[in-house]
Amino acid sequence: MSIRTANTTMLPFEFADLEPFADWALPLEGQRYAKRLTSSMDELQAFYDAAFPRIDDAVAYLDRYPLNALPVDASRLLWLYCSLVTVTFPIEVWHQPNVPDAGASSIDCVVEFPS
Amino acid sequence: MAHFAKPAEGSWTEHYPELGTGPVNYEDSISPAWYERERDAIFTRTWLSIGRVEQLPRVGSYFTKEIHAARTSIVVVRAADGSLRAFHNMCRHRGNKLVWQDFPREETSGTCRQFTCKYHGWRYDLEGQLTFIQQESEFFDVDKADYPLVGVQVDVWAGFIFVNLDAGNTTSLREFLAELGAGLEDYPFDKMTQVTTYRAEIASNWKLFIDAFMEFYHAPVLHMKQAVSEESSKLASFGYEGLHYEIKGPHGMISSWGGMSPPKDLSMVKPVERALRSGLFGPWDAPDIGELPPGVNPSQSRVWGEDSFLFFPNFMVLIWKPNWYLTYHYWPTSHNTHTFECSLGFVPPRNARERLAQELAASTFKEYSLQDGNTLEATQTALESRVVTEFPLCDQEIMIRHLHKAVRDAVLAHEGRASETPVRVGSRPSSTAARA
Ligand code: FES
Repeated sequence: MSIRTANTTMLPFEFADLEPFADWALPLEGQRYAKRLTSSMDELQAFYDAAFPRIDDAVAYLDRYPLNALPVDASRLLWLYCSLVTVTFPIEVWHQPNVPDAGASSIDCVVEFPS
Repeated sequence: MAHFAKPAEGSWTEHYPELGTGPVNYEDSISPAWYERERDAIFTRTWLSIGRVEQLPRVGSYFTKEIHAARTSIVVVRAADGSLRAFHNMCRHRGNKLVWQDFPREETSGTCRQFTCKYHGWRYDLEGQLTFIQQESEFFDVDKADYPLVGVQVDVWAGFIFVNLDAGNTTSLREFLAELGAGLEDYPFDKMTQVTTYRAEIASNWKLFIDAFMEFYHAPVLHMKQAVSEESSKLASFGYEGLHYEIKGPHGMISSWGGMSPPKDLSMVKPVERALRSGLFGPWDAPDIGELPPGVNPSQSRVWGEDSFLFFPNFMVLIWKPNWYLTYHYWPTSHNTHTFECSLGFVPPRNARERLAQELAASTFKEYSLQDGNTLEATQTALESRVVTEFPLCDQEIMIRHLHKAVRDAVLAHEGRASETPVRVGSRPSSTAARA
């Protein structure tokens, strides 16, 4: 019997390689941003290195469905790629998890995009 | 050396001679006493944008808005006849706040058939009429008709809901928003219902943050690290020049170029921007929204990228070439603090690619706003030292001159002293007087 069952995987089967990062599949921007701030650069880099090369595959997979009728595992894949967007600034620009010169300022999402 | 034509006077600033060209004083942004005068003259007497009609989709839909500078809370509701009503959020019995949930100071929204006070159960219908008094017979000659909720003027422009807390106000919303409002009114904001909102507490005077968003002179410098290095040095060497500036009464607008959606050279943007075809200026693939209204891209420039409108006192609307919009609100909470709200509106995404492109645009704005907000705290504390009290402004900073003058004019007009004390915020004579 296969170890992987519908209950033990979070993401669509085609994205099994991203399962170790499934905890980035967070539905709210506030959650994604909080996870970014509490992650080390090594953790952010590992997630980025795994997810970024598969961005086109993910988009192609998600585009099989109407956006408002994604299966649960596909929704998680979309949230994971929303998280990828959140971590691209630390990786591609800042070289640190938080915004430089932003000090203690915070800006919070009070109305989330309908998903 | 100007890349874009300026008015015949030689500069945008001199095109509006009442602004002057001398140094400016920011005492109006550091003085608690001046803030009290602004509260009284502006925030309790001007049309204020507090939300969108989409927030009130059906009869009984309501939301509350805290207006700290006016020391009040407002509840807006869609009444039985479909029209909007606004009231001070206060029960007529013993003054309890009528609509709130869990935390009295926090805003809330929902749908109801009537409003019921949490304290002693008095009820009001959606038109604000008192309909029920608990143990009515215990009261002395109380007629329910004498105790409606206190109404507030409410009107809608382009789907944006405004209130005016001055019961004696006789200026209609459209009259107030005047030409700049009319030129933008037909923009299809109603198609851009994919909205996200951010909020931040900023440790600066509200006007200083508007100043930061009504000039782009800072952009190539402060946000250097956002662009990849070759791109940022290119931007810094160009500097910034607006395509067009316009001032109408207390309102103003800047029209800007913007060649980055999509960029000419794809190697100059971040990898994620290439992958998702989106970035600072929004998604590169614009949805079709039909013709733009006349107020947008007023100079009809081929390199147009974005327009920033400031509707006095604290409401900004930004229209982007890739057919999306952004609003900023700056709600003062003291002379040196305010609540900043930023909303981004897009045509609803049709697929995951569009959804992620919008996410990237929103995320980029968040990164920028954080940098801007913190810079402002640094400006506020330095200004409060009063070590230096006069500051030069360049032509690209014309809107700063204008905002501080418009605020001063509004305060002095309200106080009935406009005729006695000529207002020359930017002029050398008044600066000299302030020093003496
Ligand atoms: S204060 Fe509202 S019912 Fe008494």
